[in-house]
Amino acid sequence: MLKKIVLLAAVFFIAVPVFAAGKNSIQIKGSDTMVNLGQAWAEQYMENNPADFIAVTGGGSGTGLSSLISATCDIAMSSRNIKEKEISLAKNRGIEPYETKVALDGLAVVVNPANPVDKLTVAQLADIFTARISNWKELGGKDRKIVILSREVNSGTHVYFKEHVLRGNDSKSAAEFAPGALMLSSSQAIADEVAGNPAGIGYYGMGYVSSKQKPVAVAKDTASEYIAPTIDNVVNNTYPISRPLFIYTNGAPCGLVKKFVDFMLSIEGQKIVLDTDFVPVGK
Amino acid sequence: MRKIKEFLIEKLILICGLASIFFVGLIFIFLLKEGLAVFKSVSAFAFLGGSKWYPISEPPQLGILPLILGSLVVTVGAAIISIPIGVGCAVYIAEIAPLKIKEVLKAGIELLAAIPSVVLGFIGMITLVPLVKKVFHLPTGLTALSGSIMLAFMAMPTIVSIAEDALYSVPKNYKEGAFALGATHWQTIYRVILPAASRGILAAIMLGIGRVIGETMAVMMITGNAAVIPKSILVPVRTLTATIAAEMGEAVVGSEHYFALFAIGIVLFVISFAINVTADLCLHERI
Repeated sequence: MLKKIVLLAAVFFIAVPVFAAGKNSIQIKGSDTMVNLGQAWAEQYMENNPADFIAVTGGGSGTGLSSLISATCDIAMSSRNIKEKEISLAKNRGIEPYETKVALDGLAVVVNPANPVDKLTVAQLADIFTARISNWKELGGKDRKIVILSREVNSGTHVYFKEHVLRGNDSKSAAEFAPGALMLSSSQAIADEVAGNPAGIGYYGMGYVSSKQKPVAVAKDTASEYIAPTIDNVVNNTYPISRPLFIYTNGAPCGLVKKFVDFMLSIEGQKIVLDTDFVPVGK
Repeated sequence: MRKIKEFLIEKLILICGLASIFFVGLIFIFLLKEGLAVFKSVSAFAFLGGSKWYPISEPPQLGILPLILGSLVVTVGAAIISIPIGVGCAVYIAEIAPLKIKEVLKAGIELLAAIPSVVLGFIGMITLVPLVKKVFHLPTGLTALSGSIMLAFMAMPTIVSIAEDALYSVPKNYKEGAFALGATHWQTIYRVILPAASRGILAAIMLGIGRVIGETMAVMMITGNAAVIPKSILVPVRTLTATIAAEMGEAVVGSEHYFALFAIGIVLFVISFAINVTADLCLHERI
């Protein structure tokens, strides 16, 4: 009996890694913003190629990149550029991060539909999220304290918003989210809180906007036009808070990974981008 | 043959016994090794007393005072709610309740202990958070108070079951003596049984608090996670545990942020170790 158990255990331990490392499977990890897109790609791709298996998980851009560095995934999805620090760390471990731009995303700033404020400038956004403006009445709204909603620090969206809105692309700026900003762990959590809180303001990829939230139109400065976050406005590059979405691989993609990346960039793949409310590249 | 078998089994059990100590030792060494490295870049004083937590900025600002205070506020709140209810419940079960009600109550409390914390957090997010927002007219319901109320539910089963054991172990003749002297039932409970079981009850409270301070998932979901020094219980807070859970995925291995998260782990370890030792001392009457 005991022998049988030992034998079984041995078979189990030897067999499981073999299954997991089957050569027809790809592990994809990273940006929560891109997880729906990644899953849509994977589903369509697996339908076309039933022999291959693709697993997509979220966790945040930083999570994806750190698992690419520790070689626990094949493709990292990221909604921000890889950092210098991460590149040098990867090189120390013999991994060459290779960047491919796969889609564009507009970051929607959302408020509760009951909030009369419907347009803001980038400078006003920076003031709101750093708490220099702390009451909606300063922006023409009701006398309510602004509740700032942000993603956690493992989110590429958090990093992008900080660098491009709070710091206005100025690498010397030291602006930070107000310490009182609520850090929520997912875009959906922000969407839910904004839907139920007339004083809330949050940001996330425009794919998450529903009728329960109101996206505000954003202007680059007071002299420019206020632009709504729509796919057209991101494509023609007039919406001020849009960003590229990347995937990172170890070296230029090859083999199965290349096949999948080519699928992402194909006409069929880019149609899925449009279907999941992102903006195709190369238009 | 029998002797050899006996010998082998004895040694096997010995190894099992030592294994847990061995693992605790290994975990502690690993924590120290990874956590103490943060003090190369930031002094212990600035780490524990700093009021700004911006771990991914350049250079990172690693002050965990808001996180310590956040954990403290949530824990104290949960203690204030759960101790009276928990001890009251234990007294009722041990001394007053008829057998049938006693069985139902005990089963109910065991059931409460069996609810996973993420489920409690989810229920709290949907029901408690909007309620807190409405009742106190707050800008948001994601506050320390919401966390405290939810954690009180988690601490209660521990407090009730251990306190109840302590009340049971008060010798029967104490109670009989009190009755013989003409004390009423309530006087007996209040003046004789509770003082006699006080150490056990204290241990129950300590273990309950230990559970609260280590809880992660529920607090992360309903306390708002804003790293500010809390001025009241009605503001969002960020706890030590939620910080580690939320940021571990992002921290680049070998960065200051990574070491700082391990250092937070040390702080948590020290706090819960102190609480458990206090509970143990209470239980074994060695103070």
